[in-house]
Amino acid sequence: MMNRRQTLGLAAGAIAFGAMPLRLHAQENAQFIPSLVYRTGPYGPNGEPFANGAADYYTLINARDGGINGVEIVFEECDTQYNNDKGVECYERLKNKGPTGAAVFSPLSTGITYALIERARADKIPIFSMGYGRTDASYGAVFPHVFTAPATYWSQATSLIQYVAAQEGGLEALEGKKIALVYHDSAYGKEPIRTLEALAERFGYKLSLFPVAHPGLEQKATWLKVGRQVRPDWVLMWGWGVMNSTAIKEAAAVGFPMERFIGNWWSGSENDVTPAGDAAIGYKSANFHGAGATWPVHEDIFKHVYDAGKGAGKRERVGEVLYNRGVTNAMIVVEAIRTAQEIHGNKPLTGWQVRDGFENLDLSAERLTELGLADFMQPIKLSCEDHEGGGSVYVQQWDGKTWKRVSDWIPPMRDVVWPMIKESALAYAKEKGITPRSCT
Amino acid sequence: METLSAVLVEPFVAIAEAPMFFFEVLIGGLLSGVMYALVALGFVLIFKASGVFNFAQGAMVLFAALFFVGFIDLGWPIWLSLVVTVGVMVLLALVIERAVLRPLVNQDPIILFMATIGITFFLDGFGQTLWGSDVRRLDIGIPDDPLIVAGLYVNQFDIYAAVICGLLVLGLALFFQFTPTGRALRAVADDHQAAMSVGVPLNVIWAIVWTVAGIVGLVAGIMWGAKLGVQFNLALIALKALPVLILGGFTSVPGAIVGGLIIGAGEKVAEVFWGEVLGGAIEDWFAYMLAMVFLLFRPQGLFGEKIIERV
Repeated sequence: MMNRRQTLGLAAGAIAFGAMPLRLHAQENAQFIPSLVYRTGPYGPNGEPFANGAADYYTLINARDGGINGVEIVFEECDTQYNNDKGVECYERLKNKGPTGAAVFSPLSTGITYALIERARADKIPIFSMGYGRTDASYGAVFPHVFTAPATYWSQATSLIQYVAAQEGGLEALEGKKIALVYHDSAYGKEPIRTLEALAERFGYKLSLFPVAHPGLEQKATWLKVGRQVRPDWVLMWGWGVMNSTAIKEAAAVGFPMERFIGNWWSGSENDVTPAGDAAIGYKSANFHGAGATWPVHEDIFKHVYDAGKGAGKRERVGEVLYNRGVTNAMIVVEAIRTAQEIHGNKPLTGWQVRDGFENLDLSAERLTELGLADFMQPIKLSCEDHEGGGSVYVQQWDGKTWKRVSDWIPPMRDVVWPMIKESALAYAKEKGITPRSCT
Repeated sequence: METLSAVLVEPFVAIAEAPMFFFEVLIGGLLSGVMYALVALGFVLIFKASGVFNFAQGAMVLFAALFFVGFIDLGWPIWLSLVVTVGVMVLLALVIERAVLRPLVNQDPIILFMATIGITFFLDGFGQTLWGSDVRRLDIGIPDDPLIVAGLYVNQFDIYAAVICGLLVLGLALFFQFTPTGRALRAVADDHQAAMSVGVPLNVIWAIVWTVAGIVGLVAGIMWGAKLGVQFNLALIALKALPVLILGGFTSVPGAIVGGLIIGAGEKVAEVFWGEVLGGAIEDWFAYMLAMVFLLFRPQGLFGEKIIERV
């Protein structure tokens, strides 16, 4: 005779078993999107707002629109802790989930992107490395499955040099100037060096390099050298996590003017300036999307997600730079899937079908306005060859409370960047024995 | 030949050409070393009294700082936040002694070490579950503007940190030398069984020493938190303390201070004058290499106790 506990256990099992077909049925018409995030670990404070922004946008699409053309989005997070090994593990765990497998992977780490590029090529799953990863993967002939829109590190480096030149009085005025790059000593931090060196040769400025070891807790030696010995005219920074706020504090401590200190787009969030307090006022950084919760899409997020108690994070943090970056990432993924549906039909799509959507993505100014994101970012148009699509950034400045735009959109120097991208990608293809496809 | 010159000649030429800059780097390094010593002290206290290498010291620094800044963010005054956080660290010490250490009495040191790894995971997770993983600014009113003294640049914050560390060491030295509890701690450190045989209660001593290490962790957490912001990375500053411990010895409070000064000054001078030729970002591994070189000549560290075991 069964006791009470066994009876309850059996009943629970029966209910779960009975519910299973319903759940599976519900997911048959669902598009599975894996989310590689890091809410924990040394870079967790930065990973969390990004993850929240992406999650809230997917929730918004389901809650407000009933999914993408009626296809519900099912997303699942896997925490990589910004660790390459864990990133690969997450990829393997999630790639076959959902009725059609993973639609796309956004690794949220340059190192993990490097680790996944060839695996994803073999598995026929696109990789969307928005604003990170391999810059040369923008060349679609060699990397048909990798998309780097809306901008890459190399493009960003050329835009920042143009901004510096504008402040100095033109590109000719760069001759003889001293520009320092303080960078995270990793694949990510080293990405812009080649471009900055090429531009130094072209415009005659002197480039000094200052690597900072992970995670960047101690930078006194670096900043003594920068601020007391080299004394550059401008400092650019390719930092991440605690490295950024420490650098800002140390720069202030050696009296380096914040107005001449510009971080890249991963060095320009609220998390980077808040710990430094007033010392950070005047600090600048690049960005490729808006900061603040003032766009119609944010109103929708408040109304359909937070008012319904479905928000992934804190309501007051909606609109922070990294939150908006998560929204941007999710929005581009959704629009790529929508484009893919125009080609393959309104149904859950495989990764390779979603890839077609990315390659034909045309995110015009009108479409951005329809999405509630007018002037939030620059339009993106991708093609078989060009997987970057735009490349423009603007410079923002911290006023102690918010980020303010202090420049117009600065397009990249395509004449500098694109030949380098092609050359590097073709060298990669040769090394790996890849035959570039024809994009003509 | 060029490489040899870059390593053996050029840095010294650079130092000779700009001696003031060299002294700025040296002073900056010594002051950074004091901050490392602040973290290393917590390790030394526990190892000295119990022979346990407390892997959780970095997590305790983060844990204490999270509570301190959390209370301040709730609107509490700094003094009250400090007092309540000390209370939290006392409670934590009692819980660790009761739940982790007491059941493991007489186990091998490696077992206790593994237990402290478990404590690390618990503290990292529990602290962030309670207070979140956001970066929190901690302003305790210490100025961090640059100061020029006799033509030399010095960071004011680092000077305050050095003074606070000095006071902490003085307090610990007085505690160990002149209080009955301090003497009992030293007795336990010398020989557990002998101390117990004369009536020193081991459990109480362990709770006290973990409390003191927790308070040292709180001071380190406040100073490092004021410098970096309170965030998960505070737990990683333990990595900066390890070469200090290797160099200074695991059982010596003065060793932690002197080791910190040597490591701090050594890594900063190396980074500035030898960094470029060695590829840059060398200060982290250089600290370990420096400690390893010392180990070759003094395996017990500069001030560590030489263990002689008779067969």
